[in-house]
Amino acid sequence: MIQSLDDLENIKKERDSQYRKHKKTVRICFGPGCQASGSRKIYELLKAELKSESLQSKVRVVTTGCHGLCERGPLVILNDDEIFYQSIGKRKAKAEEEIRLIINTIKTGEIADKLLMDSHEKGKKYTSVKEIPFYSFQKKIILNIVGKIDPEYIDEYIAHDGYKALFKALTTMKSDEILGWVQKSGLRGRGGGGFATGAKWKSCKEAHGSPKYILANGDEGDPGAFMDRVLMEGNPHAILEGMIIGGYTIGSNQGYIYVRDEYPLAVKRLSTAIEQARKQGLLGTNIFNTGFDFDIAIVRGGGAFVCGESTALMSSLEGKSGEPRAKYIHTVERGLWDKPSNLNNVETWACIPVIINNGWEWFASIGNEKNKGTKVFSLVGKVKNTGLVEVPIGATLRQIIYDIGGGIQDDREFKAVQTGGPSGGCIPKEYLETPIDFDTLRELGSMMGSGGMIVMDDRNCMVDVARYFLKFLVEESCGKCVPCREGTRRMLEIVERICDGEGKEEDIAHLEELGRAVNIGSLCGLGQSAANPVLSTLKYFMDEYEAHIKDKKCPAGVCKPLIHYTILENCTGCTLCARECPSNCITGEKKKLHTINQDKCIKCGMCYEVCKFGAVKVV
Amino acid sequence: MDIDRKKLDTIIRKNGGESSRILAIYQDIQKEYRHLPQEAVRYVCGKLDIPVVKGYEVATFYKSLSLKPKGKHSVCVCLGTACHLKGGPSILEAFERELKIKKDGTTEDGVFTLESVNCLGACALAPLVRVDGNDFGKSSPVTIKKIINEFKHGA
Repeated sequence: MIQSLDDLENIKKERDSQYRKHKKTVRICFGPGCQASGSRKIYELLKAELKSESLQSKVRVVTTGCHGLCERGPLVILNDDEIFYQSIGKRKAKAEEEIRLIINTIKTGEIADKLLMDSHEKGKKYTSVKEIPFYSFQKKIILNIVGKIDPEYIDEYIAHDGYKALFKALTTMKSDEILGWVQKSGLRGRGGGGFATGAKWKSCKEAHGSPKYILANGDEGDPGAFMDRVLMEGNPHAILEGMIIGGYTIGSNQGYIYVRDEYPLAVKRLSTAIEQARKQGLLGTNIFNTGFDFDIAIVRGGGAFVCGESTALMSSLEGKSGEPRAKYIHTVERGLWDKPSNLNNVETWACIPVIINNGWEWFASIGNEKNKGTKVFSLVGKVKNTGLVEVPIGATLRQIIYDIGGGIQDDREFKAVQTGGPSGGCIPKEYLETPIDFDTLRELGSMMGSGGMIVMDDRNCMVDVARYFLKFLVEESCGKCVPCREGTRRMLEIVERICDGEGKEEDIAHLEELGRAVNIGSLCGLGQSAANPVLSTLKYFMDEYEAHIKDKKCPAGVCKPLIHYTILENCTGCTLCARECPSNCITGEKKKLHTINQDKCIKCGMCYEVCKFGAVKVV
Repeated sequence: MDIDRKKLDTIIRKNGGESSRILAIYQDIQKEYRHLPQEAVRYVCGKLDIPVVKGYEVATFYKSLSLKPKGKHSVCVCLGTACHLKGGPSILEAFERELKIKKDGTTEDGVFTLESVNCLGACALAPLVRVDGNDFGKSSPVTIKKIINEFKHGA
């Protein structure tokens, strides 16, 4: 049981001495990206090889949360970021050979050039993590120990000063003082809305009624975003610590974490963390001998996007279908079971221990005038370095996409970046220099959302993107209010018609009118922002809509009824496309130019996928 | 279909017998049967003392619950934004052709159920396919035959 600062320090010391016993440390990334690339196999191979070399007592192998650079997974990092090995087991050579190279580095210190990451300069490679621009441009305060610790052990978190903020808050600060710190820190809700966290806490603290509830939103539904998943899987204790401090400040003894059903590992890691925190007395009764009680339960979501909305989430927690309620009375006054409830995103909760440990002044010194601290973004899509990045709020799109992300894949042309999920919009290249914060994004017709940043190139059709989000919203609209349920459906019909080449000129005005009506008339945040993907693409990419409607062309080559595939002169006649074509519509003799029978072609794109010579073209 | 009432009782008890935990109860039952049998819905409503209509409301609202039986292996094609932009839809179509079923269908032999999901949170590895909890990153219509074979023969 942990009851004092000494107890925390002792665990830290114990861990440190254990670390020292092992001469070397190998960290293997077990984030979502690396796991999908096969990091578990690499871990098992490495463990087996260490055993056969009798090195297992000298080398500590840690499986960590996401390290960030998913594109280069599986990642293996030696000795506190000294040596960064990437794409292990992904090259032509057998994984076993690469494992032997790693073992050799451990034994002799000799660095295997082959496993390092190429730098921009030809022939030069990056050795350590800090040399790599992807990392050096970032500022990690939320993710700094995700990627370092094994999230399944509370001792690892404590060894990195975990739960010190809780001790400080509970034993040396009054609840009003903590509230003051959170207010002065300038922290704004990381779930997307950007509401001032301190103001929310204050309303809940002052609300009448008991018990009060502390809620954490881990229902990360925005497609293209996985920050919360990584945080829940990679550093669950930071969320718990934030929530306990929140409970103490607001006057609540019970917390709930609502986790997305699609994230089974996050559920497992959080459950383990809660169990361990209980065992150590950091959850339960009389925490740190202060008389303060707090406990946390996990609730799994049911795969409904709308449950990320605060009132729908609370409905779901109550065991009902996740339909939002009107917010005449705020949830801080009457939320879960009609009791005062304080809901924050898991990333917001993870900011709290950082603020308590380092002081509000420090936190407020990061970021820009109205937006403090850092924000985690999932940088995905057509960017070279896909992964998870954390930057001070106010960094520009160019810094994120080019300096950190390394630019566009295959050096194609940047077209737009989509932020804010289905509630957000697409931002074109004219705004690459815009500092990214809650307010600027809203001015551009998008929003921060939970932090998904999906980069698009010239081969992505913006009308198709609008269709994609509308389809998503039609499926996910709970159906309670008419503007959202019917409006999104009608908008989808129009956009689908445009994609099919049957758009009419008046469609654009219709879309704009409907979009405004949906945004104004809907009940909850989902509907109130449902038209943003359409309105923002209309605003910035009208030429693409016009090409679809007037010229019956899809300039990006995406909308099937408006394109066809042809085979160019440089076809070598390898017959691969003819063999793979599911509708057998490609003919041609071996080593001679092949042709596609357009009448039979189903435009599945298989020929384009398999051609090794770039001889298949979309027109 | 026959349901094991003892099993259901254990699941209900594990969740404290509380009606607010109905979603969790359903999810645990679905884990047992690979779907949520209608008989189970009615039984749970009786035990929790809530109207059957409320029980069905929850059972049909949430996407992760299925009243229809599912195949032995679940093939889930991610159609999150990043996966969509990198060719997720053509992977789904390729599965439909290869398995000769439509989305949300189950193959005649009951081996595969094909579904899509709005994001699995491994966007950096788009496009992604998840089969029974195993993630296959950077998939393409070309690689899916290998995935199908891996599970068909392992079946």
